[in-house]
Amino acid sequence: MARLAGRRLLFAAPILIVVTFGVFAIAAASPFDPVKAYAGTAALGADAETLARLRENLGVDKPFVARWWDWLTAALGGDLGQSSVMRQPVTQVIGERLVWSALLCAVAFVVAVLAGTVLGVLAARRPGSVLDRVVTSLAYVLEAAPVFWLSLLAIWLTALQWGLLPAGGLTDTASEQVTFGQVTRHIVLPAGILAVSQLPWFTLYVRQGVADALAEDPVRGARARGVSERTVLLGHALRSGLLPVLTLVGSRVPELITGALLVESVFSWPGIAAATVEAATAVDFPLLAALTTLATAAVLLGNLLADLLYGLFDPRVKFHDM
Amino acid sequence: MTCEAPQGTVWRSYGTDRRSTRTVRVRVSAALVAVTVLAVLLVPPLVQLDQQAVDLQAKLLPPSWAHPFGTDDLGRDLLLRCVYGLRVSLLVGVAAALAATLIGTAVGAAAGALGGWAERGLMRLVDTLSSVPHLLLGIFIVAMFRPGVWPVVVSVALTHWLSTARIVRAEVLSLRARPFIDAAVSGGASRWRVAIRHLLPGVLPQAALAAVLMVPHAMWHESALSFLGLGLPTHLASLGNLIQGARGSLLAGQWWPTLFPGLLIIVPTLAIAGLAGAWRERINPRRRSELML
Repeated sequence: MARLAGRRLLFAAPILIVVTFGVFAIAAASPFDPVKAYAGTAALGADAETLARLRENLGVDKPFVARWWDWLTAALGGDLGQSSVMRQPVTQVIGERLVWSALLCAVAFVVAVLAGTVLGVLAARRPGSVLDRVVTSLAYVLEAAPVFWLSLLAIWLTALQWGLLPAGGLTDTASEQVTFGQVTRHIVLPAGILAVSQLPWFTLYVRQGVADALAEDPVRGARARGVSERTVLLGHALRSGLLPVLTLVGSRVPELITGALLVESVFSWPGIAAATVEAATAVDFPLLAALTTLATAAVLLGNLLADLLYGLFDPRVKFHDM
Repeated sequence: MTCEAPQGTVWRSYGTDRRSTRTVRVRVSAALVAVTVLAVLLVPPLVQLDQQAVDLQAKLLPPSWAHPFGTDDLGRDLLLRCVYGLRVSLLVGVAAALAATLIGTAVGAAAGALGGWAERGLMRLVDTLSSVPHLLLGIFIVAMFRPGVWPVVVSVALTHWLSTARIVRAEVLSLRARPFIDAAVSGGASRWRVAIRHLLPGVLPQAALAAVLMVPHAMWHESALSFLGLGLPTHLASLGNLIQGARGSLLAGQWWPTLFPGLLIIVPTLAIAGLAGAWRERINPRRRSELML
């Protein structure tokens, strides 16, 4: 298994390098000018000589392949450049914000998996029943609903109408310190919405898996032996129905990142996904390049996790075959 | 629980009214798609109303008979704004979905028909691109090329052709193993003739289905980009722009400028998914209808 993980990581490295190359190629093809982005409004009044000197200092007069190579070698040494919108080194931006994004995604994911399992099992117990139809239709509606729209409606309902929860941010505006209680109160809405955006997919797959398992012979055998319905459902059907779904969890990282991008922006959550949107609005290329690479790495790690879980949970899969 | 499930519907019920449920669903979906398309095509030329007509006397009115969706913070009728917004979103969505399907079909068909290192290279490219989250790549492209109609269409098209390419390649591979291709090749047909005359017609139904299912995805992406301020310019308000523009009113407690544009994203998405699901069952009845969206 360690060998498989090692080999997959080796395969992931070229993909990451190709993605960074693509990012630099897109930037080179675009009308984006790094000098103007770096100098900001000062570029409007600057004379041509200053701009040319700046151009040379930044190294942007070189072809993009050379710039990409410089960036890549510096990145391997831990230097991702300077973010123009945050006025900080990119590594520092990522270091400060990564933990909040990870916290949000982890909470949302756990909630989605738990709620999805419960709803999926309830729906699968009697396919075609009223409960099943309600759960399935709700799942389709939620899957089609834009995450940012759900977030806004949730803010309107819980923060404005009922005054239950804060509408955004990590802490109250008056507060100077980040305390556990404050973060807990502030994470409920964003994590809840992110969980709801991941929930439909999970519920529908669990429902399908459990319903299929309930129709198979082992379940019929268990029922014939007089095993209680509860044991049949949770011990037999859920176990075999949930495994294929759990292995798919790793491959849902792109959707999680997409959801986090929108949720963090709406709730002003100080994570890296919200930073991505800020970086894009201000065309902060060093930060955007680093975050795109980071997101790709997260997706590749998720895929690796999916493969490993698949091998761990399904005894028919042998690691040396993969 | 019926195990055989010959019709393979999403609702695998105890078998009482399975057919009627499905028929109703298809009819409702068809009606909704028809209403959407008609509204988007006919309302702007037929109804001589200005969606930008500002009436500060009537600002932020809740839904009523005169204004079924209410009015926004400048007193503009939201129903009219939503129809125009849906028109923009749908046009951008259709354009992006068509472009994505063209790219995906070309790449998938090339990979399937050429084989060898070309196929491996193309599919590696698809794998690589699909490990970058779509919205993130779209945001990156739009940020670099400045927000506007074409950057949005291009960024949605460039991120969405991957699944089509995979579907088309798989379809071409399965067609290539059929006897009529062998017959064509041994009859002296050139590679091009086989590809255009025999393979392409075979993959078209799958590609068309993928294109139809792509439209809601493209709409969704366009509205997300517009909502983040990285999409269409505000004078060309799409549904995403409308929701973004309503944030101020929402914080002041008015829910209707936010609610209705969102509903207009959900309803066409579900209707198109319902129709496409029925279509998929028809062209491939044996494959169990899987989860779409």
